Amino acid sequence: MYGWIWRHLPGGTTGKAALALLLALGVATLLLFVVFPWVEPRLPFNAVTVGD
Amino acid sequence: MGQDDEVRRSGRLRTLTRGLGELLVTGGVVVLLFVAYELFVTDLLNDRRQAELDEQVQAEWRERPAGPAAAEAAVGAPLAVMYIPRLGADYRRVVLEGTAEEQLSQGPGHYPGTARPGEQGNVAIAGHRVGKGSPFLDLDRLVPGDPVVLETADEWSTYRVLGDPVRGDFGADPSGIPGRQVILPTQLDVVSPTPDAAADAPASGAYLTLTTCHPRFSARQRLVIHAVLDGAPVRKTERPDGPPALRGR
Repeated sequence: MYGWIWRHLPGGTTGKAALALLLALGVATLLLFVVFPWVEPRLPFNAVTVGD
Repeated sequence: MGQDDEVRRSGRLRTLTRGLGELLVTGGVVVLLFVAYELFVTDLLNDRRQAELDEQVQAEWRERPAGPAAAEAAVGAPLAVMYIPRLGADYRRVVLEGTAEEQLSQGPGHYPGTARPGEQGNVAIAGHRVGKGSPFLDLDRLVPGDPVVLETADEWSTYRVLGDPVRGDFGADPSGIPGRQVILPTQLDVVSPTPDAAADAPASGAYLTLTTCHPRFSARQRLVIHAVLDGAPVRKTERPDGPPALRGR
């Protein structure tokens, strides 16, 4: 998977590395600010009230 | 010919194994990132939100005409500012009306329908233990006699955790209400007008109840703190810098 991505990134080694870093940061941002806030209320360990 | 087949097959197997390995490592990194999100990112977001709420509630209190507040706060509206000196001299959280996740992710939430600060009955407040600013992370550090101060538009209400402050015995209050208890999530009567009595029983005093999850990182049980109003609420015009309990007395 990662090998395939590496082979398909354009540019030389430096360019590939920079693009790969950008890609990783993008995925992390997406996870932190979109996916996790959506997933979290659906998980069971956040209940702090009685009666729910 | 047969050898070529074998080489191709082992190559495919290697690709498959590597792909599976990469997938598992990626999954692990995502889970770690989620832990970091829960422990740090939600705290950061909550800090910012609490600062906004603080400004909002202070502005509302300044602009509000004198007189009694509306009988019921709107769900999601800031209701009071809570101080717990035992958890730090700078411990101050804006409490919102409502205990849905939408409110609890912003700060401690007041159970709708329970008493308001300073009133007879039971002021019940829920808060997150871990993440979202972790307002109630160290609730188990409270000992009998510890003050919890609620600030509203015009008044300071000082509550003290029930029990014997000298011996540290949570069960020593003559009312029989424990200062601290660990219960099942289904035990609704902790937020009754008189804690641990029937939900429709009359209030026998002015109480404060704090609930959070227990043990940490789990939702199996609830940690509950009960406190009782210490004296009458104090007008803010008389004590602009807060009751003595805020300065460790």
